[in-house]
Amino acid sequence: MTVLGLLIPVSLILGGLGLWGFLYTLRSEQYDDPDGDAQRILSGEYDDRPKD
Amino acid sequence: MTMVSACPACDALPAAEAVADLELATDAQIALSVPGVHCGACIATVERALEAQEGVQSARVNLTLKRATVEADAELDASQLIGALEAIGYEAHELDAGTLSATASDKAGRDLLMRVGLAGFATMNVMLLSVSVWSGADSATRDLFHWISAAIALPAIAFTGKPFFVSAWSALKARRLNMDVPIVLAIALALVTSLWETMLSGHHAYFDAALTLVFFLLAGRYLDHRTRAVARSAAEELAALEVPRATRLRAGSEEVVALADLAIGDLILVRPGGRMPVDGEIVEGRSELDRSLLTGETAPVFVEEGFVVSAGEVNLTGPLVIRANAVGRDTSLHRMADLVAIAESGRSRYTSLADSAAKLYAPGVHILSALAFVGWYLYTFDMRTALNIAAAVLIITCPCALGLAVPAVTTAASGRLFKMGLLVKHATALERLAEVDTVVFDKTGTLTKGTPVVQNWDELNAEAASVALALAAGSAHPLSQAIVAIGDGLETADVSEIEEIPGFGVQGVWNGKSVRLGRAEWVDAIPVEGSAVYLNLGLAKPVAIRFEDDLRAGAKEAVSILQSQGIEVHILSGDSEGAVQTVAADIGCSNWKSDMLPEDKAEYISDIAAQNRKVMMVGDGLNDTVALAAAHVSMSPASALDAARVASDIVILGSDLSCIAEALEISRRARRRIRENFRIATLYNVIAVPLAIAGLATPLIAALAMSTSSITVSLNALRLR
Repeated sequence: MTVLGLLIPVSLILGGLGLWGFLYTLRSEQYDDPDGDAQRILSGEYDDRPKD
Repeated sequence: MTMVSACPACDALPAAEAVADLELATDAQIALSVPGVHCGACIATVERALEAQEGVQSARVNLTLKRATVEADAELDASQLIGALEAIGYEAHELDAGTLSATASDKAGRDLLMRVGLAGFATMNVMLLSVSVWSGADSATRDLFHWISAAIALPAIAFTGKPFFVSAWSALKARRLNMDVPIVLAIALALVTSLWETMLSGHHAYFDAALTLVFFLLAGRYLDHRTRAVARSAAEELAALEVPRATRLRAGSEEVVALADLAIGDLILVRPGGRMPVDGEIVEGRSELDRSLLTGETAPVFVEEGFVVSAGEVNLTGPLVIRANAVGRDTSLHRMADLVAIAESGRSRYTSLADSAAKLYAPGVHILSALAFVGWYLYTFDMRTALNIAAAVLIITCPCALGLAVPAVTTAASGRLFKMGLLVKHATALERLAEVDTVVFDKTGTLTKGTPVVQNWDELNAEAASVALALAAGSAHPLSQAIVAIGDGLETADVSEIEEIPGFGVQGVWNGKSVRLGRAEWVDAIPVEGSAVYLNLGLAKPVAIRFEDDLRAGAKEAVSILQSQGIEVHILSGDSEGAVQTVAADIGCSNWKSDMLPEDKAEYISDIAAQNRKVMMVGDGLNDTVALAAAHVSMSPASALDAARVASDIVILGSDLSCIAEALEISRRARRRIRENFRIATLYNVIAVPLAIAGLATPLIAALAMSTSSITVSLNALRLR
């Protein structure tokens, strides 16, 4: 039973991290141009320093 | 900085101010529509070309919207950037930043997506705990899991369910029922009974069901929003293409001002090719006007001093100075828009399939749930059991699948239409489109291209043809350009001293003789019927060059497919009888009417509608807007005037009309899918509701029923793709 005391917080924290990551990508407008992003991955141009 | 002083801070101060000024001045954003970009290489080419321009700080292409955003110095002109893009082979148009800003950041969509994410997170965690309970967690462990579930579910639903709470509350305030009322009631009842059960250390808690419900419904809401957000941003982009600016004359000098700054009495210069920004009277200059957007009449009209012009008309040959009589909201253009608004309000009375389903559904489940409560209470005299079963009935019947039934289908169908070049703007446009049995076309600019084409070129002898070509090359008039287009590559006569006389035509000297190309009275010719210009070679009898409007690509196919589907096709036009008859005969349509005024068109449509027929209007001009708004559903080509596009439900982006017939077919299939989805959702209820009423529904069964029905409905919608 004591293992639950560990597992439940861990699962909540991991889930929370995922949620935080999702909200971060949402806030930084990373879902505004899905088509463009799919193409930009293939371009070698921005590898050194991502465009902001 | 060359100035030296003892105090470094004082030195820095003016510099800081200068920097601040500089930042204010450079904070200009130019938005360009670049319809040609379609791949990664295009993005790189366009961005590099833009950034190479002087004064450009950064450029970013959005491939999804096919739009480039440029951060540049304030003094940089967009036309310079457009020129640079055209030089590397990309068509570009400037977009009005003011009109665009509304859609630039899709706030509502992002808000919904965030709620979807949060609900998803909460659902997954609670589901994890619920699975443990279902698989046998007992006594203290079960209670602990229920408490943790409650701690996650209550705040999560309070936050993510806001769209439903708001919508349900506004419906109740207006004393009517919508789909959100049973949803909110079910969620509230589920949470309250679950919390109560948890306190009493009961076996069943529905926290996971409430969260799944919110999650699936939010997903449906988001799909719904997304469908229209794409159409809306594209439609607004079309509107932003017309950058509203005018050239004002003040104390002899010209200044370019925004339309909103114009006042009555201002003198405004309208150059050839420009659109009248306001209603007014001509005080200087002679020219010809293209009034087709207002009247549907294609032939240019001669105007001179004292003539009254309306906003929206296009000046063709000479510069005109007009004195504004009515600006902004008072122009005839806007009065037309107001008429449209009135006609539009009639359309909002249409009840969508979802609304009519909700009307049947909402009272149904409440009565069922209340009956279950009363029945069980009378049977057991146990409040707790009765309430639990009533809650189970409400949760199981709750319209997870119904919430997805319409948005999933419309998203798939709109996506398909978008790929064909049709933008669906209105939420219920697809459903209305499926009911259409009569299609009414406008002629000019809709069935036809709206640009004249020379009809009798072969009748001209070689001499006349070459002189006509030379003279036509000296003018930007649409009829001249039509002559240049048909004579492309032919020999051009050596005509000197070519001069355009605004409003009359072009003259020049050929072989020592004065030659003229222009209006009948100006070249001493006898006018012929229809649209024509006359060529006077000095000695011989003047010859007429006749013009007609060519059919748009796919117009004939569209009409014949529609007729083969048993749909009645009509043509209405403000043009003269002869012109309309020719087009009608060409495309094989026997119902046509000519010389129609805007009100006549709307009346004609109401007459057909009065015979209980559902009319679709396809039109592009200002003279069509009232008819567009009066029709059951309406379409307009992207080349249409702003007001017409606003009044229509669907915008045709390409120039090909044959997609209209296919769109009708897709809409009918979409309606079939929506109905199927309703049946699927009902089927699940038919199986699950008796279980719930019998008191056999556990949270596990509720979760299974809800998820499978939602997924089946979504998969069914995907069959449209």
